[in-house]
Amino acid sequence: MIDQFLATYSTLLATVGINALLAISVWVTLYAGQLTLGNAAFMGIAAYTSALLTLKAGMPFPLVLLAGGVVSAVLAVPLGVTVFRLRGVYLAIATIGFGEVVRVVLLAIPITGKALGLNGIPPKTELWHIALLLTVTAYVLGRVRASTAGRAWAAIREDEVAAASQGIAVRRYKLAAFVIGAFVAGIAGGLSAHLNFAIEPGDFGFVRAVQILVFAVVGGIPSVLGPIVGATLLTALPELLRPLRDYRDVFQGAILLFVIVFLPRGLVTLATLGRTRRLARIGQLDAA
Amino acid sequence: MPEQLYNAIFIGSIYALFAIGFALVFSVLDILNLAHPAVFMLGAFTALFCMATLGLPAGAAVVIAFVATGLFGILLDRVAFAPLRRRDAPPLSAMISSIAVAAIIVRLVELRYGTDFLSYPPESLPSLPFQVGESRLDGLRLVIIGVAFAFMVGLTYLVRGTRLGRELRALAENPRAARLLGVDVERAIAITFFISSGLGGIAGVLLGFAYNSIYPQMGTLYELKAFTVMVVGGMGSLPGAVLGAFILGLGEVASIEFLPSEFRDAFAFGLLFLILVIRPRGLLGHKAVDRV
Repeated sequence: MIDQFLATYSTLLATVGINALLAISVWVTLYAGQLTLGNAAFMGIAAYTSALLTLKAGMPFPLVLLAGGVVSAVLAVPLGVTVFRLRGVYLAIATIGFGEVVRVVLLAIPITGKALGLNGIPPKTELWHIALLLTVTAYVLGRVRASTAGRAWAAIREDEVAAASQGIAVRRYKLAAFVIGAFVAGIAGGLSAHLNFAIEPGDFGFVRAVQILVFAVVGGIPSVLGPIVGATLLTALPELLRPLRDYRDVFQGAILLFVIVFLPRGLVTLATLGRTRRLARIGQLDAA
Repeated sequence: MPEQLYNAIFIGSIYALFAIGFALVFSVLDILNLAHPAVFMLGAFTALFCMATLGLPAGAAVVIAFVATGLFGILLDRVAFAPLRRRDAPPLSAMISSIAVAAIIVRLVELRYGTDFLSYPPESLPSLPFQVGESRLDGLRLVIIGVAFAFMVGLTYLVRGTRLGRELRALAENPRAARLLGVDVERAIAITFFISSGLGGIAGVLLGFAYNSIYPQMGTLYELKAFTVMVVGGMGSLPGAVLGAFILGLGEVASIEFLPSEFRDAFAFGLLFLILVIRPRGLLGHKAVDRV
């Protein structure tokens, strides 16, 4: 029964897991209150790095995955130092610009196969790799969220000036969130390259960046479960809506609109909605 | 050489029309309306519907597309932005809700027209060639440049010289103070969306006419270019958007001359990145930039 389920849905489950990792990668910066759209590019850089190391150097898979993540994280340092002088919409646009530059470079240099991309990447990613890495990432970031760093991120998100006046090294914590996000996106990129046989620059463009953001926001920012819930729901939904195949993107858009208008803190807040309402009522009584 | 310059002015006018609509909403409401590229596409397809299905002439199609996309803009505000405004939601929420509307619109158009490139009915667009020295130029583009400039001049008058323009500037400065001084805020916002989306729609029609090739995803590339245009000129500055549009148009045409063709789009994004790093408020931006 379980074997049959896995056989039928293994590709879907793998995609869900990779999307969940990507959603977590952007969640880290969102948790610190920073909207960045560069993670599709970090995913792409790592996907190309790891695929080339496999194809040209024949390196072992774990090492290749790690190398992809590290290259993305290392590139994130100078980029982060540069763009975190900006905030809000400017930060989002700067990271979009970075993403497009990466896409154009991937299209232009010969080693990446230009527009054709890379083909014949050996399928080394197995479902348990994804499950393991997702679990570890979620666990570790869940712990980080509860630590000093997590509280610093929350403080920066709520009020940057107040956080700085409390002695929190705002720039450094933002940069840390950005680099961690780039590393996680890089791991996801390596996994996805060795799952899908072929990669091309268009896989890592603006559309993908927005999709990753949507997963995280629909799921919800308050907890690391949010991005996982969001990615799972929005990746599996097209399968569930198969009878309505033509209209599934329309439904997806409608769900996104519904969530942002009626559940602004994401789907995970559904679980605590009743409690929040009760607390709000008590608060009103107190005020009266 | 005159040919390249002509094309630079042409593409600059399209960028300008697209970007001033974007910048208008940003300056008045401080939100990045990511459904703007979908509205741009909707303009091009409304004109296609008018001409191919209803058999109307090109001029009538332009007018109808302007009004239809303008009205759509008001609807967009009611559905995607008004509920968030009432709740005082952060600007990020507005970006996401407009992404949702854009996805729905693009998909619906794809379901009706398919994902491929489409053309306007044959013979419906005149080409009006004319000669300047050695070069044969496409006169339709000259008409398009003229229409684009007319809209820019009209908008400048509206913002600088009318009561409505004063209300919009008051709203941009401080919504609460504007309301206290008797500005009907919701009405002013509806008009802002009508103008912004109408301009986006017109840009879509004119680009569609010039290239005679439209497709449901056509907005994405112009969205990315419009970010460059707005950042170069200064976010939310209307003259800045026009200046940025022509700088980008000239820069792109020049880069085709001097760089391999793969790098044409890299020019736009490289410029974007450079300006954000060295002068984030842009060339004409005067508003204090939200930076640390």
